[in-house]
Amino acid sequence: MARMKFLCDADRCIECNACVTACKNEHEVPWGINRRRVVTINDGKPGERSISMACMHCTDAPCAAVCPVNCFYTTADAVVLHSKDLCIGCGYCFYACPFGAPQYPKVGNFGSRGKMDKCTYCAGGPEADGSKEEYEKYGANRLAEGKLPLCAEMCSTKSLLAGDGEIIAQIYKERVMKRGYGSGAWGWKTAYRETIES
Amino acid sequence: MVSFARFVRLAVGACALLLLIVAVPAPLGAQQVNPTASSVKEQQLLQELNRIQGRVSIPDQRSGVLEQPQGRQWREFHNVTLRWIGGIAIIGMLAVLVIFYLTRGMVRLESGRSGRTLVRFNVYERFVHWMTATCFIILAISGLNITFGRPLLLPLIGFENFSEWSLWAKYAHNYLSFPFTIGVVLILLMWIGGNIPNKVDVEWLKRGGGMIGHDHPPAYRFNAGQKAIYWIVVIGGGLVAASGYVLMFPFYTTGIEGMQLAQIVHSIVAVLFVAAMIAHIYIGTIGMEGAFEAMGTGEVDVNWAREHHSLWLDEQAARTGPNDGQPQPATAAAE
Repeated sequence: MARMKFLCDADRCIECNACVTACKNEHEVPWGINRRRVVTINDGKPGERSISMACMHCTDAPCAAVCPVNCFYTTADAVVLHSKDLCIGCGYCFYACPFGAPQYPKVGNFGSRGKMDKCTYCAGGPEADGSKEEYEKYGANRLAEGKLPLCAEMCSTKSLLAGDGEIIAQIYKERVMKRGYGSGAWGWKTAYRETIES
Repeated sequence: MVSFARFVRLAVGACALLLLIVAVPAPLGAQQVNPTASSVKEQQLLQELNRIQGRVSIPDQRSGVLEQPQGRQWREFHNVTLRWIGGIAIIGMLAVLVIFYLTRGMVRLESGRSGRTLVRFNVYERFVHWMTATCFIILAISGLNITFGRPLLLPLIGFENFSEWSLWAKYAHNYLSFPFTIGVVLILLMWIGGNIPNKVDVEWLKRGGGMIGHDHPPAYRFNAGQKAIYWIVVIGGGLVAASGYVLMFPFYTTGIEGMQLAQIVHSIVAVLFVAAMIAHIYIGTIGMEGAFEAMGTGEVDVNWAREHHSLWLDEQAARTGPNDGQPQPATAAAE
């Protein structure tokens, strides 16, 4: 099986936020929740870079490790998913996550945060693939249809790559070799404890 | 007007283009361009601040934090360190008490019961005590469930049941924090008078108090041990309440790193608090004869008061008259 990863080539990202919009639309993510966002560092200064960030589906995911009710699971494709039926909305995954991925529909409302929501790598949840229940709780299951996450699929500059880690790393390496520069695979060291040598 | 505006735009555009043609050849001429030469670097940013923050165009400005790997340290604390601290504190305390009970047994009233009682805690004091105590026990169980439930309880009852129970435990934990906090504040206010440490406490501690030592050092209304419990409740309760509300209202006061810190303070203080309260419950029930009555009926035997709180008994006697052989009028002793 593949080891699915995200890779954002910051030298290509133009902060168009199409990935953010695509994600919200594909999964009908409620108002106030963003499974993906684009962060611009050094905005307006020399060396500015934009990075599209969502759940990185970490190796040995910290969210899963600290969850008091053990509601996370990792699929055969190494996608980190969770069960909203088991989630108690305690917020612990949120403290542990290095990427600010877990989202809560009712943040700040007396600690009743509601069920956690996060990027599913377009792979749904524990319900039957493509079922109505799965769509309502987690959004579309594109992976089950043989498609990659929509954010990466429709990235206009192909900055955001999704797919097997080995393959997208190879694509990125070739790019870096061809153009002669690259600011690295953002978040990889934190998420996967390895980075792409370029 | 429109044609004039168009002319201005054209002129500005032409000037800009001219500038570009004049300006560009210089850097281009300096051979290959490396746009990342001055670009931000992930590892460098992480080393500088241990987190990377930028600007986002979505309304949720908190999502501007791109990366903060210190969640890993917090994870280590929560999954390993805290379980050790909590396990040692609570199981250690239980073990000490069991050993103590087996060797020493219940501390008896040496002179037996006199049959005469005096009021130690009035209805209001007992109400505050038991309100706080009830909340504390529920808060402690639901809190320990968050840390120890997954390895200990989940395998026994299964995912669905454990999740259901934990959800209700979380609600109880959140909502009972309010009466608990009120209780701690009331305890602080109503008993602070008797709980300021003084010289008598030094002597009391030197002689090992009424539990460890084998005599009865004099004490006012609260002895040094009880004063310790008082300050553990007030300071520990204050800390768990403050850190708990930081977690309950995320982002009102602090970001993620502050919440990690709050959780660390909350959980360490809480497990030590639980250990201290186990000792408190022990002394108040099976550890000492006649002690439970103080918070149960509110009245203690005069002989109990003489043995454990001799100076307090003298105070009460002085207030109600020299003859403490008479039954104490409850109203006069209540304070």
